[in-house]
Amino acid sequence: MVSDAPENLTFPEQHDLRRLAGFMVPASTEYGVPGADDDAIFADIVQSLGRDRDDVRTALTILREIAEGDFAGLDDAKAEAAAMTLLGRQGPMITALGRAVLQCYYRDDRVLRALGIEPRPPYPQGRVLEHGDWSLLDAVRGRPPMWRDVDGRGG
Amino acid sequence: MVPEANPDAARPSDETVDVLIIGAGASGAAVAWSLAETRMKILCLEQGDWIKPGEFPSNGRDWEARRYADFDISPNRRERDTDYPINDHDSIMKIANFNGVGGGTILYTAHYPRMHPSDFRVRTLDGVAEDWPIDYWTLEPYFAENDRVTGVAGLAGDPSYPPHQPTLPPVPLGRTGTRYAQAMNRLGWHWWPSDIAIATTEYDGRGKCINLNHCTPGCAQGAKASVDITYWPHALRNRVELRTRCRVREIVTNEEGMAAGVVYYDPKGIERFQPAEVVILAANGVGTPRLLLNSASSRCPDGLANSSGLVGKNLMLHPWPMIFGYVEEEMDGDRGPQTVMWSKEFYETDPSRDFVRGYTLQFARGTGPAAEAIASMTAGRLPWGADHHRIYRSLFYRRLLIGVACEDLLRRAQSRDTRSRPEGRPRHSGAQDRLYDWRKHPAHDGARHRSRHRNPGNRRREKHRLLPHRAELSGSPAGDRAHGRRSQALRRK
Repeated sequence: MVSDAPENLTFPEQHDLRRLAGFMVPASTEYGVPGADDDAIFADIVQSLGRDRDDVRTALTILREIAEGDFAGLDDAKAEAAAMTLLGRQGPMITALGRAVLQCYYRDDRVLRALGIEPRPPYPQGRVLEHGDWSLLDAVRGRPPMWRDVDGRGG
Repeated sequence: MVPEANPDAARPSDETVDVLIIGAGASGAAVAWSLAETRMKILCLEQGDWIKPGEFPSNGRDWEARRYADFDISPNRRERDTDYPINDHDSIMKIANFNGVGGGTILYTAHYPRMHPSDFRVRTLDGVAEDWPIDYWTLEPYFAENDRVTGVAGLAGDPSYPPHQPTLPPVPLGRTGTRYAQAMNRLGWHWWPSDIAIATTEYDGRGKCINLNHCTPGCAQGAKASVDITYWPHALRNRVELRTRCRVREIVTNEEGMAAGVVYYDPKGIERFQPAEVVILAANGVGTPRLLLNSASSRCPDGLANSSGLVGKNLMLHPWPMIFGYVEEEMDGDRGPQTVMWSKEFYETDPSRDFVRGYTLQFARGTGPAAEAIASMTAGRLPWGADHHRIYRSLFYRRLLIGVACEDLLRRAQSRDTRSRPEGRPRHSGAQDRLYDWRKHPAHDGARHRSRHRNPGNRRREKHRLLPHRAELSGSPAGDRAHGRRSQALRRK
């Protein structure tokens, strides 16, 4: 599942990111969804880092600093605390990390179906939009002109 | 001193054309279309590509992610090889643009408000900025013609505007619009379905809107009007020539100081000279001054058309703060065009308020599942960890978004400048434009502000010199932050 291609994250980085992703968006039996550390979702995350790769790498470096060098070796409670310390920080790398995880998590078939969404691209089927209640406009139709008639052309 | 550009320099030269247009965005397309019937030989050079319908994000499962990647509104994030980077670190507002056939109209929401008559009289009515030398009624026939070519949807009868008839029926209100309308009626505030450049019926060869929602990063259906599918097909049928991946470096002038053509890089990166009787520069609010400044010569050492020194200054962008709200019931989410309706309740000056002029409220629908999560995470609404799923479900498809479309009428001491590297070569050579916002540097701002206003005579002279140049530098799709306005040829900011 994991890849050690040079343009990709290293194996240790991938292991740390996967554990981190599981804390970010955990699996839930209550909502019937996998976590972001699920095999398929995590593979998608790693393959889709793109423009965010460097920021994610930076975030993982900071995570290891928070964990005093060994995020992978921490027990669950300490690892979760380290993860939340990282995620509580501000900055573009945290935004990039969140984007990298969420953009893949919320396109997984199982996650979308749990939300009641058919997993497909918008095109070509499109979607149905209700027409709405146009009678509400009656309250505005009768208003006098609001624009300033600065040229004396009348309303 | 910049060396004189020599049209006869050793480089491939093309056949002389009557009219050369630089840039195939909104203005370039409109002028090509408007001149096509003259049967003059017209050529447009565009640095970007045609975007095919199958390339737009809404074709794929990664449709939401691509708006943060190759369809991002920022050229610095997008990083296509047809883009050029713009250093906007020193600007309060960031640049949004697109380089390709269609220009900024590829990446906009299709919101299409006209200007109001009062917008042309800002100095007389409200004591700010300057009046225009023309009025609404001079432009009104062109607004109408642009609406027809574009295919603007809307509803006649809006009391906030002089009467006009949109070409196509309005976009449905949907659940979200109905919710907004109920709230606005309770407040007694004005609202109206927005004029929006989306084909609500089949129009001029374009398919009708099928509610892809993803309007801003381009419409795979072709329902959203962008000039690559509105003006350009008509112009090309009338034998206007459009060459893509041709990046203009500079405009060359002759001994009389008139434009004689341009030096550009062709798709293979080969430097060429294109002679022309007339050169029309339509390269947006950053690209246009960049080319003028890059066209310096011994006759124009400070750049072309820059005797005033104002080229590259007073760029006006498009402030658009957003307000989010969430309701308990499910709204439209991503099931419909993003833009629904507007309110002009606070548009015109009201003496009872503590400000002159005003703004448009732009009411929008929600987004898709990933965009909702990312936006809410960024804003701190959506937590990580065990509570993530519960909170997410209280947000998803429940979002209301109101944009505040403001003016950017700068005091002159607050000008936003575009400063260009002189060479303007393709991106691999490191060319970069820099945007410098004096408001971000109050020490400079204060000094400039005081010196300009100490002597009323100086101010009057400055006003006199400013007027002819404002139109040249305004109307920037680069500053539109992806929110559509009229064609540059028809608009002020």
